[in-house]
Amino acid sequence: MTARLIGDPVRRKEDRRFLTGKGHYTDDINRAGQVYAVFVRSPHAHAEIKSINTKRAAGAPGIVAVYTGADLVKAGIGTLPCGWGVKNKDGSPMAEPPHPVLASGKVRHVGDPVAVVIAESKAAAEEAAERVDVTYKELPSVTAVDAAVKPGAPQLYDAVKGNLCYDWHIGDKAAADAAFAKAAHVTKLDIVNNRLVPNAMEPRAYIGDYDRATGEHTLFTTCQNPHAIRLLMGAFVLHVPEHKLRVVAPDVGGGFGSKIYHYAEEAAVTWAAAQLGRPVKWTAERSESFLSDAHGRDHVTHAELALDLSGKFLGLRVSTLANLGGYLSTFAAAVPTYLYATLLAGTYTTPAIYAEVKGVFTNTVPVDAYRGAGRPEASYLLERLVDKAANEIQIDPAELRRKNFIPKDAYPYQTPVALAYDSGDYFATLDMALKAADYAGFAKRRDDAKRHGKLRGIGLATYIEACGVAPSAVAGALGARAGLYEVAAVRVNPTGSVTVLTGTHSHGQGHETTFAQVVAERLGIPIDQVDVVHGDTAKTPFGMGTYGSRSLPVGGSALVKALDKVEAKGKKIAAHLLEAAEADIEFKDGKFTVAGTDKSKSFGEVALAAYIPHNYPLETLEPGLDETAYYDPKNFTFPSGAHVAEVEIDRDTGVVELLKFTAADDFGRIVNPMIVEGQVHGGLAQGIGQALFEECRYDPESGQLVTGSFMDYRMPRAGDLPSFAVATHATLCTHNPLGVKGCGEAGAIGAPGAVMNAVLNALSTVGVSDLQMPATPERVWRAINDSKAAA
Amino acid sequence: MPNVTMTVNGKKMSGNVEPRTLLVQFLRETLGLTGTHVGCDTSQCGCCVVHVNGDGIKSCTILAVQCDGADVKTIEGVANGDELHPMQAAFREHHGLQCGYCTPGMVMSALDLVKHNKNPSEPQIREWLEGNLCRCTGYHNIVKAIKAGAEAMAKARP
Repeated sequence: MTARLIGDPVRRKEDRRFLTGKGHYTDDINRAGQVYAVFVRSPHAHAEIKSINTKRAAGAPGIVAVYTGADLVKAGIGTLPCGWGVKNKDGSPMAEPPHPVLASGKVRHVGDPVAVVIAESKAAAEEAAERVDVTYKELPSVTAVDAAVKPGAPQLYDAVKGNLCYDWHIGDKAAADAAFAKAAHVTKLDIVNNRLVPNAMEPRAYIGDYDRATGEHTLFTTCQNPHAIRLLMGAFVLHVPEHKLRVVAPDVGGGFGSKIYHYAEEAAVTWAAAQLGRPVKWTAERSESFLSDAHGRDHVTHAELALDLSGKFLGLRVSTLANLGGYLSTFAAAVPTYLYATLLAGTYTTPAIYAEVKGVFTNTVPVDAYRGAGRPEASYLLERLVDKAANEIQIDPAELRRKNFIPKDAYPYQTPVALAYDSGDYFATLDMALKAADYAGFAKRRDDAKRHGKLRGIGLATYIEACGVAPSAVAGALGARAGLYEVAAVRVNPTGSVTVLTGTHSHGQGHETTFAQVVAERLGIPIDQVDVVHGDTAKTPFGMGTYGSRSLPVGGSALVKALDKVEAKGKKIAAHLLEAAEADIEFKDGKFTVAGTDKSKSFGEVALAAYIPHNYPLETLEPGLDETAYYDPKNFTFPSGAHVAEVEIDRDTGVVELLKFTAADDFGRIVNPMIVEGQVHGGLAQGIGQALFEECRYDPESGQLVTGSFMDYRMPRAGDLPSFAVATHATLCTHNPLGVKGCGEAGAIGAPGAVMNAVLNALSTVGVSDLQMPATPERVWRAINDSKAAA
Repeated sequence: MPNVTMTVNGKKMSGNVEPRTLLVQFLRETLGLTGTHVGCDTSQCGCCVVHVNGDGIKSCTILAVQCDGADVKTIEGVANGDELHPMQAAFREHHGLQCGYCTPGMVMSALDLVKHNKNPSEPQIREWLEGNLCRCTGYHNIVKAIKAGAEAMAKARP
């Protein structure tokens, strides 16, 4: 009997190398003869480049080359493409100004690269970079999204009126207006979704290499999707055909979205390596990461919820300003539109929804998808709005949610904002979470806290997310410029071990283990006989990489399809070897058996026969057992859940202590519960970080990034967080073969709403009814004191 | 360029370095011990924690020349051949790592904690990790792993 592996907390195959210092991250790689790149970056938020004089740098010790934007233009290098086009309300295309690899003419944010200096050592390159003399004419800048759309605001592009990339909408405005006209109660909320810096612990690093003998370029890169980078950089920027460009993403130290995008530095080092005939390496300093990694979130929103007398939601109107930064990053246009506003039904039956989103350029680092990408913004907005409504109409927040949940028997459920949910049970996850959090016993805990002079609050949030990105045709109709299928190849080796090639990429998610579990269980072979290969365009077929919790729902489905093909071919081979009809062959527990007999061949025997075809149906069947499958999802997957936070606030200092966090999530079938829990924990820490600590701030006058290091940007630390109580309840995804939904983003989506609702619940006893994230001690203290002053 | 010699993971190693070379640069670039990572430039993240003369230290906060003659242990020197150290084994058992980037610093820091406190409580572990950032795990499983690792080390002691 083969052990069942799907559902087991199998310990990770990849851990040994990480625990012994044998991981192989990009900065660990050194190529013979390599030189080092340092980028000269704009110190100004907005300025004209009057001149760049590289003479002093060119004479610096150890210097190899200095390139500016003009050199790249002369070489015919293209600009960095945006992978998604969004249309305006009137159907016209969004404004899509060029995003040069090195700025020419103008700089549009602090950190915008203007030149690259390459030298024999990193120190020499840093010193030479100091000698690049750039003369700027400073221009007025604008960093806040609401300021950027005001008349008279500084304009980033001559060709983009009012800094408006697009003015987009979704839903039925007339239906929503009609719902509000008949509402018994309307709840209104102005809400900010604070700008975040992803901060994967491994800074971005790239090595460009070029082989003059073959004309092949190689890029080693800290990325989540090597094939996509190869396509974007090869086709749009460097004009190198794919067969002459290899992109390798080895071990990658976390991504959270920030390593999806094609970055300027990737193109610069790849191009420079070919110019110089030497490998060129660049590794970001952390302060440089703050200035150049795509940021996340940064919305300013006004929302209104219409309710009837019984508390049923009638309609929702949302108007959002989304900060896109100084340039369009790879997925930037899609995040505040198709990944945000399509989620505004949440877990509720709200029948009429209308949302409008303005995508706005500002003098800040480009903003793109960060863990959850649009879905945390939607969920936070909804859950704050629902809690506010519950307070206003004096109904228990859990009860109001239940009253409006999509019923269990309503699936498939078509929302008014494009998505059709396939399955879910929001009642079950809410009940689980409330029970585990002892919601019923809260009043006593609040009273106890009061006796100790503390304000105690409990808050809940439910969420839905759209994962498993994405059905290609649907995405294409919505403006995606790529397909979003995934690929897997199951290469059975002659002696029966298996090498899996996947187009997804693991940068902490543990695919080497989960994918191996799926394969080992299906083929009935030991898990140590399965190796999973990812992250090298020279090895894996063309796949789209890892983001949007797509690896198992999409990549895992491709893997199952490839396994189907392996099994089907194996049956043909076994039928021949066993002299039986193919239809009579059963495959189970690693054995091909003639049904109803004890005649069988092991998987290994069949594999060997496929590669040493001495006794083999060669007239009808090719040798070999190596199958590739592509899977294009039929729909998104819809993980959901309910999260409960409990906090205590010190009214004298404003410090919020998170006492307990409970999560009940529905991820569909779970392959490895240990890994799933780990994903939830990590997401929760990022969501709690957003609610209580993290905020990327720019100085509104100078446009300088104020939170530019771990000294200023408040990352969550071990002492800030409790241990989490997490549980799952599965309703299976109905349209992929594993029934899986994805779990990577849930924590970051549910946590901000739950924590802020808890904070506001605690503060409601002292008259505070509104607060923006993050609930820092200063902000909480001020809110308490302002409300005292007003009273 | 000054020559520095130190015992690294039990072996005498030496190299010529510029005086400004940090210990972490010496380990990674001169000795090729890339298990020690760099995650920031303000000595906040703790990815580069190693042991110098038995004490945990962020190797970005000390010059290589200051370690001349010192006894240095890095993540590469923790396991006993193919056998993981009980702390490493606990990290694997309790899924105390995801992307692996902060992991070497976490393990070295955890071993330093156990040196000071053989049976640390959860709050003590959380406080000790003040200087180690992780973006993947939410610390939950790291804390569990360190507690279990400390217990396993206590059991392994004669």
